[in-house]
Amino acid sequence: MNLLSVRDIVKIYRTGDVELRALDGVSFSVDQGEFVSIMGHSGSGKSTMMNILGCLDTPDEGSYVLDGKEVAALSRDELADIRNAKIGFVFQGFNLLPRATALENVELPLIYANVPSRERRRRSKEALDRVGLADRMEHRPNQMSGGQQQRVAIARALVGGTPLILADEPTGNLDSKTSEEIMALFVALNDEGKTIVLVTHEPDVAAYSGRTLMFRDGRILSDERRAGRVRNP
Amino acid sequence: MFETLRTAVRSLLSNKIRSALTMLGIIIGVGAVITMVAIGAGASKNIAQYISGVGSNILIVMPGASSAGGVRQQIGSSSTLTVEDADALKREAFDLRGVAPEVYSRAQIIYGNLNWSTTVTGSTSDIFDIREWTVAAGRFFLDGENKSGAKVAVIGDTLARNLFGGEDPVGKTVRIRNVPVEVIGVLAPKGQTPWGQDQDDTVFVPFRTAQNRLFRRGIANSVQRITVAAVDNASVEAAEREVKSILRQRHRIGDGREDDFDVRNMAQMLDAARQSSRVMSLLLGAVASVSLLVGGIGIMNIMLVSVTERTREIGIRMAIGARSSKIRTQFLMEALLLSIAGGIIGILLGILASHTVTGALGWATEVSSGSVVLAFGFSVFVGIFFGFYPAWKASLLNPIEALRYE
Repeated sequence: MNLLSVRDIVKIYRTGDVELRALDGVSFSVDQGEFVSIMGHSGSGKSTMMNILGCLDTPDEGSYVLDGKEVAALSRDELADIRNAKIGFVFQGFNLLPRATALENVELPLIYANVPSRERRRRSKEALDRVGLADRMEHRPNQMSGGQQQRVAIARALVGGTPLILADEPTGNLDSKTSEEIMALFVALNDEGKTIVLVTHEPDVAAYSGRTLMFRDGRILSDERRAGRVRNP
Repeated sequence: MFETLRTAVRSLLSNKIRSALTMLGIIIGVGAVITMVAIGAGASKNIAQYISGVGSNILIVMPGASSAGGVRQQIGSSSTLTVEDADALKREAFDLRGVAPEVYSRAQIIYGNLNWSTTVTGSTSDIFDIREWTVAAGRFFLDGENKSGAKVAVIGDTLARNLFGGEDPVGKTVRIRNVPVEVIGVLAPKGQTPWGQDQDDTVFVPFRTAQNRLFRRGIANSVQRITVAAVDNASVEAAEREVKSILRQRHRIGDGREDDFDVRNMAQMLDAARQSSRVMSLLLGAVASVSLLVGGIGIMNIMLVSVTERTREIGIRMAIGARSSKIRTQFLMEALLLSIAGGIIGILLGILASHTVTGALGWATEVSSGSVVLAFGFSVFVGIFFGFYPAWKASLLNPIEALRYE
């Protein structure tokens, strides 16, 4: 089943008289349970695509249907609600709140979803447990390693039970061993049925996914499916 | 809501010194408002007490300004009022309860090896009734003692305490300008006038005694003022008209010419005093409000810095699904907390300052619940007003740019 599909997406940035077509008619769809990587050089449009897929930005033209709902032309607040309900984010720089504990960071999406505090706590503990940080709940980000911080971020993306996880260069700030651990976690989550879209410029990372979209100059250059997923490239 | 509050508290606590300094503006502003209003209220209460103690039905008649070679001197500088004028007022006026001619001068009072300088007033026994004095010990002097110029005196409480200490002054002899005078009575204390004069720092002697034995003035019959009391508050104006017409007649002042005397109405003087104390507290209140305003600007300033500093946090919250209104509420809550906490501390400090003023300077102060509510309301208003712009700015950030912010 189709979880998201974009059709003829165009995004144009204007600086003075110069017009940059960051996305120039992009169409593809992602099925439920897929693990898709988006690759490309800087300036290829992959970050713009990521922002639109994450409902952080809206396209100038085209349609974007996420989980059965057209979201290309929603207002700021509607987009905020969609992000909260449909998307879990994992960023390159972890993006945790520095003054909050791991548990409080994971709770954050549930606060904005108005989940009562007792249930919030329970679900956040579960999510931290799932990423293997049951013993780090009261630690603050600066008391944890990069890999642990990224696990907290993944727990935060999981806790809302959103159908889509969007990861933007999630291993960009990690050493190769930690990167492997984090990617293994993504693979495991995908095996459990989570749909994951991952943006990266590293072929090694993309190799964990089942399908790679290659972007160049605002268009999709190739859409490649791998039969068997590489677990140990 | 509770979560927003918790987040706000945490964020303020993570920058304790900055939060405290930001609050300081509000604390000073609110504290100043509370203290100023308390001092103002204390002053008007004082005036009200003074009125009920003295009676607002008193008129004071003073000689007019003399003019020498076209240069007008101050009121009371001529000697156009006489004892006969006072007698005439007493005889002819219907609306007067009492008439007391007065001469006064500063003089040194000596008792044993102690001395005290104060105003000695020579008057008739009417003065005690008019000014509503009562004796704490001894008695007032009598009409007979006035006529005969007896060397007796009634002294005020301040004098009694300073010259006699624990001794009973009644029956003792003091020297006023080297004339031995017997103390026959001590006045019950009245305290200060609203303008800060000690009413108990005084000595009364019979008019004739002052005139003939103590002061030995050049013009034997002239008086420095005549204090009269209207029969009641309602007849003050009628009494004033009566006094004027009797004196004009006696002084043979034709129509259209100015009085050679001046009648002052106690009620008017008190009104003036009250008015000036009101203007004073209004001015001080205005100054205090300015410091509240400055405090508010301080809050706005810090909140703007905070928004910039926490741009990334705002981006994270937005990406995770916070609506603009949630971001706005959060920053507004922080501003509000700062101003409310500042307001509460300021109120406590203001109350403390009012007590200190009363203790150290002896001024009456009264912290009214109205001013507390007003100050609190004002600080809430300042928080919302000056917190709104930064909060609004935060809520309009673009999540993509906010996330990228270093």
